[in-house]
Amino acid sequence: MPQFFQMQDIGAIVPELELAVFGMFLLIFDLMVQNKRRLGYVALAGIAISGAFLFRLWNVEFFAYGGALVLDPLSLFFKAIFLIAAALSIAISLKYLDIERENHGEYYALILFSTMGMMFMAGAVDLVTLYIGLETMAIATYVLVGFLRSNQRSNEASMKYFLLGAFSSGILLYGMSLLYGLAGSTRFDDIAAALSRRPITDPISLLAMITLSAGMFFKVAAVPFHQWTPDAYEGAPTSITAFMSVAVKAASFAMMVRIFMIAIYPLRPQWIAIMAAVSVLTMTIGNIAAITQSNVKRLLAYSSISHAGYILIGFIAGNATGLTAVGLYLLIYTFTNIGVWTVIVALRRKDVIGEHIDDMAGLYFKHPGAAVLMLIFLLSLAGIPPTAGFIGKYYLFAAAIETGHNVLAVIAVLNAAISLYFYFRIVVSMFMRDATEKTGLTFAPGLSLALGIAVIFTMVIGIYPDPFIALARHAVPLGF
Amino acid sequence: MDFFRQHILTIVTFWPLAGMIILLFFNKENKTLIRWWANLVMIVGFIVSLPLWFWFDRTNSDQMQFVENVQWVRTLGANYHMGIDGISLLLVLLTTLLGPLAVLSSWETIESRIKEYYVFMLMLQTGMLGVFVSLDFFLFYVFWEVMLVPMYFLIGVWGGPRKLYAAIKFFLYTLFGSVLLLLGILALYFSYPSIAAQHPEIAAQFGSGSTFDVLAFHAIAPYLPFTLQYWIFLAFFVGFAIKVPMFPFHTWLPDAHVEAPTAGSVILAGVLLKMGTYGFLRFSLPILPDGTKYFVPMMIVLSIIGIVYGALVAMMQPDMKKLVAYSSVSHMGFIMLGMFALNPNGLNGSIIQQINHGISTGALFLIVGLIYDRRHTREISEFGGISNVMPVFAVVFLIMTMSSIGLPLLNGFIGEFTIMMGALQEHLWWAVFAGSGIVLGAAYMLWLYQRTMLGKIENPANEKLVDLNLRELATVVPLIIVAFWIGLYPAPFFAVLDKPVNKLVAKVRPDYFQGAPRLNAGQIGAPR
Repeated sequence: MPQFFQMQDIGAIVPELELAVFGMFLLIFDLMVQNKRRLGYVALAGIAISGAFLFRLWNVEFFAYGGALVLDPLSLFFKAIFLIAAALSIAISLKYLDIERENHGEYYALILFSTMGMMFMAGAVDLVTLYIGLETMAIATYVLVGFLRSNQRSNEASMKYFLLGAFSSGILLYGMSLLYGLAGSTRFDDIAAALSRRPITDPISLLAMITLSAGMFFKVAAVPFHQWTPDAYEGAPTSITAFMSVAVKAASFAMMVRIFMIAIYPLRPQWIAIMAAVSVLTMTIGNIAAITQSNVKRLLAYSSISHAGYILIGFIAGNATGLTAVGLYLLIYTFTNIGVWTVIVALRRKDVIGEHIDDMAGLYFKHPGAAVLMLIFLLSLAGIPPTAGFIGKYYLFAAAIETGHNVLAVIAVLNAAISLYFYFRIVVSMFMRDATEKTGLTFAPGLSLALGIAVIFTMVIGIYPDPFIALARHAVPLGF
Repeated sequence: MDFFRQHILTIVTFWPLAGMIILLFFNKENKTLIRWWANLVMIVGFIVSLPLWFWFDRTNSDQMQFVENVQWVRTLGANYHMGIDGISLLLVLLTTLLGPLAVLSSWETIESRIKEYYVFMLMLQTGMLGVFVSLDFFLFYVFWEVMLVPMYFLIGVWGGPRKLYAAIKFFLYTLFGSVLLLLGILALYFSYPSIAAQHPEIAAQFGSGSTFDVLAFHAIAPYLPFTLQYWIFLAFFVGFAIKVPMFPFHTWLPDAHVEAPTAGSVILAGVLLKMGTYGFLRFSLPILPDGTKYFVPMMIVLSIIGIVYGALVAMMQPDMKKLVAYSSVSHMGFIMLGMFALNPNGLNGSIIQQINHGISTGALFLIVGLIYDRRHTREISEFGGISNVMPVFAVVFLIMTMSSIGLPLLNGFIGEFTIMMGALQEHLWWAVFAGSGIVLGAAYMLWLYQRTMLGKIENPANEKLVDLNLRELATVVPLIIVAFWIGLYPAPFFAVLDKPVNKLVAKVRPDYFQGAPRLNAGQIGAPR
C-alpha cells in the first residue's frame, strides 16, 4: 500500500466528511433559524446522505492514508449501526427537547460530530486514528450528557462522565504508548507482529495489555469499571441515554474487535482469562444490581451493563461464530434498546418526569400500543423468542458452547433468566397496576416513526434472521 | 383438500393464532361477540384436528406423518419441520380437546379484560400445539418459550390473591430450566457434524452440516459419547423435570395452580405438564439412551418421592384446589416412574396415563372451579352435603374422583395397571411404591369427596346452591365420555402407541427384544 496520502484516500472517508460538513453547517444555520426542530430535520438529512455514501462504498475494500484507516465489511457494518442509532436518536429528540425547553442547534451538530468520531473508530487500524476518533466521540458525548443546563442531575452526570472518561482515556493512552514503544509503529498489524516476536509472558506486553484492556472495559462499562454508567445514563437527557446505550457502546465494541482480535491477538491466551472474569462479573453484577432499581433509567443502565457482559462472550469464543455474534447482537440491541428508550422518552411529559417504575403503572390501559411495544422490547432484551433478542443471545451462547466454554455458557444463560425478573417488574407495572398518572402521552411523529422501525426490526430479525445473520457474518474480519 | 392434508399440522397449530389476530380487531366492549368468537375458534380448532385421528396411518404409527419440512433459517440450519407419530398424535388431540373446554369454562367466570384474556388463551393454544408437532429443535424451543408469555399473563392478571408472585415464579422456574435445555440443544447441534462425517448413511439422509433436526439427532444417538450424553441428559433433565414437575422442582406448581384462573389450571395440569414428559419421551430417551439408562436410578427415586410426597401433602390440604394440585405432583411421579421403567408396558402406560391425567385432573380443576364460582371459596371445611342440592354435580364429581383413583371401567385404571405391570417387570419395589401412591390417592380423593359432597348440609351458605347449567355440563361431559372410552375400550389408543413405544424401547435398550428383559440399572457404565 502507498505510504503517503493520495487523492483517492478521500473517497474512503466521504461519509464521515459529509457528516462533519453538515455538523458545521448546522452550527451556522442555528443562528438563522427560529424553529430549532428544522435543524433536527437537517441533521436527519445529513445522516441519510452519509448513509447513501456509505452504501456506495459497500463492496469497496482498501487501506487508506498509508494504512491508518481501513474500509472493510467490519467498518461498514458498524458505521451503518452508528448511522441508524444516530438517526433514531435524533428522531426521538425533537419533541423531547421541546418539553425540556432545551432545543438548541448544537445538540444536533454534536450528535453528528460524535457519530463521525465513531465512524473513524470503526475504520481505524492505527492507534492514533483510533484515539482521535474516540476522543471526538467522547468529547461530543460529554457535552450532550450535560445538555440540560438547568438540571442539576444532568450537570452532575456530565461531570462524572467527563472525569472518569478522561481518566480512562489516560489509561488507554498509557497502554497505547507502551505498545508504540514495543513495536515502533502505531499500526495494528505491526503491533501484532512485534508482540508475537516477544515471549507471551513478557511483562511490558502484559502491562500494555492490562492498561489497554482497562481503558476498553471502561468504555463499554464492564465491571469493575461500570460505576459511571447508572449516573450518566440517569442524568443525561433520555434521548442521549438512548444514543449512548447503543451507538457509543457499539463504537466501543467496534474498537475492541480491532484491538483484541488484531493488535493484541498474540496475547490472547493472557487476555482471555481476564476477559472471562470480567464477562462473568459484568453480567452477574449488572443483573443483580438491576433487580433493586426503581428508577427505570437506572434499571436499564444496569441492564445495559449486563448486556456488555454477554457481548464479551463473543470475544472469549474468538472464532467466526463469536465475532458474528458480537456484530449481530449489537445490531439487534440497537433496535431493541432504542425502542425501549423511545417509550421512556414518550413518558416524559410536561410536569411528569416519567422515570420511576410507578410512572409506568397502568400504561396499558391508557396507551395499549405503547405498552405492548414496550413488552416486545423487554422480551427481546430478556432473550425470549420469537423476538430478535433471542437470536442474539442464541448466537452468543452457541459461540461459547462451540468453543468449549461450557461453564461460561451456563453462567450466561442463568443470568439471562435472572434478567427476566427485573424486566418484568416493568411489565407488571404497565399491565397489572392501575394508572396513577392522569396526563396522557402525546406521540410526536418522530417518536412513532422510531418506535415503528424499532419494533419492525425486533420482530423481523426474530422471525426471519437469515439476512441479518449473513450481514453480520460478512462483517467478520478476514482470517476468522 | 390436498392442500389441507399436506399442511394440516400447520393449520391445526396456527389456527388459534389466526383467530387471535382477528380477535384483536374486535371492539373490547362487545363482550358477547368476543366470547362467541373465541369459543368458535377453539371448537373449529378441535374439529380441524380430528382428521389427524382418522387419517393417521396406524400401520406406520412409529413413522412421522403429515410431515412438513421447509427451510427456515438457512444460516443456522433450522427448518420448519413438523410431523407427528402415535405419541404426539394423542397429545395434540388432548390439547385440541382441552382447549375449547377451558375456554368454554371461562364464559361467565372471566369478567374483566375479556378481550386480552381470550387473546392469551388462543396464543397459548398455538404455543402448546407447536411444541407437540415440532421436529426441529430450534422450532421446538421457540414454541416452548413463546408459550410462557401468555401463561404468565393468564396467571398474573386473572389469578387469585397471590397472582403476581405465582406468575413470576412460574415464569422464572420454567425459564431457568429452558435456558439450560437450550445449552443441551446447542451441544447436540455442534456434535452432529463430526458424527455425521464418520457415518455416511446419516450424512446422506440428514446432510453433513449442523442441523437442529430431531430425527437426525435420533440417528446419531448410538454414536454420541457417554460423557456428552451424561451432561446433555442433565441439561434436558432440568428443563423437562421443572415442567413435569418432578420432585424437587415442583414448588412452582402449587402456587401457579392455585392462583391461576380455572381455565389456566386446566391447561396447566392438562397440557403444560405433558410438555415436560413429552420432552423426555421425544428427546431424552431416544437421543441419549446411555445417559437415560445411567440416570434411571435417580429418575426412579425422584419419581417415587414425588408419588409419596405429593400424595401425603395432598391429604393434608384444607384447600380443594391445592389438594388437586398436589395430587398432580403425585400422578406425574407415577407417569415418570412408568416411563423410566423403559419397557413397553411402562411406556405405554405412561403415555396413556398422561392423557388420563389431562382428562381427569383437567376435569377436577373444572369441578373445583364450578364450586368456587358458586361459593367463592375452596376451603373444604366450608362444604359438606353438597350432593343434596347439586345431584348432577355430585355425579360428575364422583365419576372424576373414580377416574382419578383408578377405578376399573374408567381411564385411570388402564394407565395405572399398565404402569404397574411395567414397573413390576423391572423391580418389585418400584411396583410396591407405585402401589402405595394408588392407595394414598384413593384415600385423599375419597376423603375429599366424603367431606364435601356427602352427609347433611351444615353450612347454611350451601343450602341454595344451583346445580350445573347446560354450559357447565358441556365443559365436563366430553371429558367423562373420553374417560369411559379409554376405560372400556382402550385398544384404539394402544394401537397408535404400540409401534412408537417399541421403537423407543429398541432405541434405549437394544437388547430388550433379544431376551434381556431386565434393566440392570446398577451396571451401566460410569462416566468414561
